[in-house]
Amino acid sequence: MATLDRVARSFLLGELVSGMALTLKTMFKPKHTINYPYEKGPLSPRFRGEHALRRYPNGEERCIACKLCEAVCPAQAITIEAEPRADGSRRTTRYDIDMTKCIYCGFCQEACPVDAIVEGPNFEFATETREELFYNKQKLLENGERWEAEIASNIALDAPYR
Amino acid sequence: MVVQALAFYLFAAVTVACGVMVITARNPVHAVLFLILAFFNAAGLFVLQGAEFLAMILVIVYVGAVAVLFLFVVMMLDVNFAELRAGFAKYLPIGAVISLILLVELVLLGAGWAFNSETAVIASSPTPPAADVHNTEALGMLLYTKYVYLFQGAGMILLVAMVGAIVLTHRVRAGVKRQRIGDQVARSSKDEVKVVKVQTGSGI
Amino acid sequence: MVNPETWFEGVWWSDYVLPTGTIVFFILCIVLPLLISVAYLTLAERKVIGWMQLRKGPNVVGPFGLLQPFADGAKLFLKETIIPAGSSRFLFIFAPMLTFILSLVAWAVIPFDAGWVLADINVGILYLFAISSLGVYGIIIAGWASNSKYAFLGALRSAAQMVSYEVSMGFVIVSVLLIVGSLNLSDIVEKQKTVWFFIPMFPMFVIFFISALAETNRAPFDLPEAEAELVSGYNVEYSAMTFALFFLGEYANMILMSGMTAVLFLGGWLPPVDIAPFNLIPGVIWFALKIAFVLFCFLWVRATFPRYRYDQLMRLGWKVFLPFTLFWVVATAGVLVAFDWLPK
Repeated sequence: MATLDRVARSFLLGELVSGMALTLKTMFKPKHTINYPYEKGPLSPRFRGEHALRRYPNGEERCIACKLCEAVCPAQAITIEAEPRADGSRRTTRYDIDMTKCIYCGFCQEACPVDAIVEGPNFEFATETREELFYNKQKLLENGERWEAEIASNIALDAPYR
Repeated sequence: MVVQALAFYLFAAVTVACGVMVITARNPVHAVLFLILAFFNAAGLFVLQGAEFLAMILVIVYVGAVAVLFLFVVMMLDVNFAELRAGFAKYLPIGAVISLILLVELVLLGAGWAFNSETAVIASSPTPPAADVHNTEALGMLLYTKYVYLFQGAGMILLVAMVGAIVLTHRVRAGVKRQRIGDQVARSSKDEVKVVKVQTGSGI
Repeated sequence: MVNPETWFEGVWWSDYVLPTGTIVFFILCIVLPLLISVAYLTLAERKVIGWMQLRKGPNVVGPFGLLQPFADGAKLFLKETIIPAGSSRFLFIFAPMLTFILSLVAWAVIPFDAGWVLADINVGILYLFAISSLGVYGIIIAGWASNSKYAFLGALRSAAQMVSYEVSMGFVIVSVLLIVGSLNLSDIVEKQKTVWFFIPMFPMFVIFFISALAETNRAPFDLPEAEAELVSGYNVEYSAMTFALFFLGEYANMILMSGMTAVLFLGGWLPPVDIAPFNLIPGVIWFALKIAFVLFCFLWVRATFPRYRYDQLMRLGWKVFLPFTLFWVVATAGVLVAFDWLPK
């Protein structure tokens, strides 16, 4: 009897029909698609996106040119040159990140003792030319100004776990 | 009529040209492709003669199946034509004799047809008008009534050839594991999966 | 002796130019809607498969993504046609053209409505079968001419697959022909006035549909272009318009096979029941609806089933379909003779 049942099922293509019924049912279910440029998915506070150089609230730049990020960078994307400023404090004269080399591992922000270099929540920085992806210090500082609110809140949210 | 004549000469010329290319093309794959083109144009000639059934069968059987397998084999086997041509001079005399015999036979056939006194009788024997019996039906009538034994015989010969080829190449190897789809489908989780309560530290 | 001037005016015009012009006009009437349907079939495929996978499908280019096919077409048109070094140039270009042309010429014998057929030849179904069996050449030639191992493997698979499934498809057609007693497609449709053939011949209908999937290299039988192991198989070396021609050919073939299914089993242009609201709708619309339904099944199957393994494919063709269809042909003939239902 079991054999007969099995033979009947396989000749009536039972499994194929049930599979097709499943896809047909799925067809009318609400869709999970996020309408991307208009809707966006949630981002973790730890999301590692475009880099930014931050400033203290009084406007002083945080980076002290310790070159830890340059040393730790596994892709060797960061280039730093430093000199004492007029007031004697140690600052960078050059801070370049080659975004085409960067692998977004986040080691630079882990290494930074003053939370100066961070990877912000921005991931929409595609450019039309390669050259635009060679970020210099000015571009990174601009990023810092632009994304400061989000970066600060992300650091605050992630602080309990660090 | 002009269009038909033009079509005939076009098909005929391409068929002959392709036939020549089949035996002269250096690349075996190109030769097979020319053969296919020749088949195709022969089908065109059949259509011009009003034998559309034969034309379609030619395309389906020869072009659609046989030539595909030809092409398949020629592509798979790396045929070295320089090696094959090596014995050309040695076999030339015997080849020439065979082709001469074929030529003589063709001429005899043609002459016999032309000079036979019964030809006129056969040619004028009543054929049903094309409007009443189209050629598919006429062909079927002939094959399955008058020539049924020959037809079946031809089929049997092909069957024997096929069985023979399989017998010659089939090898039974011991210890080969095969997928048995029926058995696989027949398995169900109820029979095969057993849920066991395991005491801590005791194992199963 | 004819006067050259009147000959040109009279005979030339009425015997040659006018018929040629009409035929070209009718061909355009078939080919243009066909190409537009091909374009929208690609969109429909992405939409339907998207819906079945809980996605939305293309919806950005134009309202509901309706201009997406033209964007895709423009993209392919503007790209560079790359001919690989070491390929056989003529055959490399010829193969996609062959695929495309074959998918169009078959439409000459499809009856869209009573009498709406370009060439109402006596052996229509054989012509269709012949053309569809030629489709394999585009793929084989492409695979060989590309001079690439992946493409070549795809071509070999396709050759074996199409030859295998043609056999069972041929038997399905034979069993339909036994009932109809004619090779003419219009006759086949007319014969279904009482009952569409998919009801008495349901197993044959299913086998024909599955063989059609294999003939058009559609999922789950898309081994010639299996992206997982053959990186899209025979068309791996193709780009731009040559690729587009393969693509158009494949989709036009799908529509053709759906048309063939509709003619053979779903009553062609006939309405489901011959009563007032249904038989007022023109037959060509019924025909289009039936084609659309079969096409939906093509997409539905693609969204549902994973790809077959190659030996499973061959097993299904030779060890399941071939004996079954052969049995069915004999059974059909037996029933027809026993009850004296043979067509006169």
